[in-house]
Amino acid sequence: MDHPVNQTNIQQAMLDQQKSDQRRKHILNLVLLALLLIAPAVIYPVFLMKILCFALFAVAFNLLLGFTGLLSFGHAAFLATGSYTTGYLLSNYSGLTTEMGIIVGTAAATVLGVLFALVAIRRQGIYFAMITLALAQLVYFMFVQAPFTGGEDGMHGVPRGHLFGFIDLENNLAMYYFVLAVFLGGYLLVQRVVGSPFGQVLKAIKQNEPRAVSLGYNVNQYKVLAFVMSAGLAGLAGSVKTVVFQLASLNDAHWHMSGEVILMTLLGGTGTLLGPVVGATFVVNLEYQLSQGPLGDWVDPILGAIFVLTVIAFRSGIVGEIQKFVRKNMG
Amino acid sequence: MTIMKKLLTTAIASAMMVGSAQADISDNTVKIGYLADMSGTYRDLAGPNGLKALEMAIADFGGKVNGAKIEVVSADDRNNPDSSSSTVRRWLENENVDLVAGMVASSVTIAVTKLLEENDGLGIVSGSAASSITNEHCTPNHIHYVYDTYPLANGTAKAVVQEGGKEWFILTADYAFGHALEGDVSRVVEENGGKVIKTARHPFPTSDFSSYILQAQSSGADVVALANAGSDTTNAITTAGEFGLTQSGQTLAALLLFLTDVHALGVNSAQGIQLTTGWYWDMNEEARKWADRFMEETGVRPTMVHAGIYSSTMQYLNAVKATGSDDTQTVRKQMMDTPINDMFATNGRIREDGRMVHDMYLAQVKTPEESENEWDLYKIVRTIPGDEAYRPLSESKCSLVTKN
Repeated sequence: MDHPVNQTNIQQAMLDQQKSDQRRKHILNLVLLALLLIAPAVIYPVFLMKILCFALFAVAFNLLLGFTGLLSFGHAAFLATGSYTTGYLLSNYSGLTTEMGIIVGTAAATVLGVLFALVAIRRQGIYFAMITLALAQLVYFMFVQAPFTGGEDGMHGVPRGHLFGFIDLENNLAMYYFVLAVFLGGYLLVQRVVGSPFGQVLKAIKQNEPRAVSLGYNVNQYKVLAFVMSAGLAGLAGSVKTVVFQLASLNDAHWHMSGEVILMTLLGGTGTLLGPVVGATFVVNLEYQLSQGPLGDWVDPILGAIFVLTVIAFRSGIVGEIQKFVRKNMG
Repeated sequence: MTIMKKLLTTAIASAMMVGSAQADISDNTVKIGYLADMSGTYRDLAGPNGLKALEMAIADFGGKVNGAKIEVVSADDRNNPDSSSSTVRRWLENENVDLVAGMVASSVTIAVTKLLEENDGLGIVSGSAASSITNEHCTPNHIHYVYDTYPLANGTAKAVVQEGGKEWFILTADYAFGHALEGDVSRVVEENGGKVIKTARHPFPTSDFSSYILQAQSSGADVVALANAGSDTTNAITTAGEFGLTQSGQTLAALLLFLTDVHALGVNSAQGIQLTTGWYWDMNEEARKWADRFMEETGVRPTMVHAGIYSSTMQYLNAVKATGSDDTQTVRKQMMDTPINDMFATNGRIREDGRMVHDMYLAQVKTPEESENEWDLYKIVRTIPGDEAYRPLSESKCSLVTKN
């Protein structure tokens, strides 16, 4: 008899829950944004820019791993393609404004993403990871040999130039706010994509691919699109990074980089929006702190141990665990 | 007339004021940043022991120069130009670091020297091998102190050809560094009447060298040269040892090999290898004395890079002492004007392209019978005079040289 009443009660409770979740998220986002805006007054801007570039890279990667369930082991290729293309253009064509260099770099990574996706998307799981790794190694060897990259010496002295032709990016603060804007753009894009019907289909694919197929979705098309978007954003991160550091190097293309972004994403929490950002901040910071101190020798073992611990004990990463905790205790 | 005089006196007075302002040591501290690989592939060759060498030099100055305190900061470069450049940028912009020392991987070194040029800092490169650092990548803000690939190829190849090794097989790492070494070696071999009969290129990095070593053996060459570095070189040498390459009468020449590599390989695998080095701990009394001190501190014998870090830091501090300034160009000029005579070099001098030119040594790894202890590894075969060893300025592509 009181069955329908219960139903509405539950629905009402769920709505309230969602609303308070939303409100909490909004407040958190605003606080974070404010922190990012004032951060360069306290922390060295170039260091912050490095974090933002890697955060964008991890966010791009998470679109694929966290929301589509595809583990790519070749994302370094996109980062490097973005960074080398932008570096080459800005070094050799002085008439080009910085944003044009970045746009073309991003486009190059996107095109490479299409090529990768067309080959790799045919397989799943470990085979998918291995194909992306193999393709990324091909790209790596191409960059080792190509004369324009400077081989293992890298590409140096890339001018930061002027944004839109009039904002001097040599100024670290101007550069910082530009990088911040690019990062926020990328972040909001991913947020929008994940929240859209398209994103819902991606999540459906992640949870149960055969079911998504049986519902009539052309799964491969969705996967290719997600892959290309992720590749493009990774390329954007690479392009911006080149402008910040004024160099592009083989480290960007090396498979270590593909591994590092997996580490960042898993540590922060896959499938959460903020997770990769927190993960990137954590990893970059830890590396930096350890490299400055007497514990220098231990950077890699410590990161490895933290990684193992996360995978065993905190499967949902830093942000994922916090979310769980908040839900449980602050309902 | 009087106006002219007045103007002139003002000009002179202000010039003197600028002069005296320069002659100060900024914030009464000489701050040295040590940047090197502390945890990766190149750890042994510079690494934490390089920092020890640097601290030894500062201790010899009593921690002070002209009353100003000497401070050290250090960081791991992670062999990554991004991390290194953000570290060095902060050092230069926020922490008033006057000198950046160490520097190993060429990508890191080039990135850092560009920053030094932008921010008018000074760098002394001790670890890097690439000769491009004082050639196409030269800046008025750095000095390349210990060695580079030019004398390594030059010295070893020339000496080996002159000793009768006419036919060469070159095994090259397939990337820019290997190609450059291969080119240098081929040129020297042919100039001295030898012949390169075959080259083979291996991908970077390679762990299984057996097929390459078999090719080298069947080529019938007198000399097998390794145009690679680091673990590629040691892997190739180990494999060559297993296949009995040197026992079958071929000479093995390594173009870039450090004392720590030879120590790790052991004299059994490495015996008979010819190589060029900038310094060897047992080469003379002064070197031995310093090496003993170093061993007390660290428990190992120093490589040429460690010795170079100590020597260059002493030179730098002496220049600061003599000029009473830590201004980059003042100090660099003083260092260029002072010949270097210490445990590291005799009559070394710093050229305008930043290359420190000093004698190099052709060495051969001892046999197990000759070697008396684990660090008794080389015998010095020949001294190669500095001017003969390094790239002559007439061939330089450095803008500091060509514009004069």
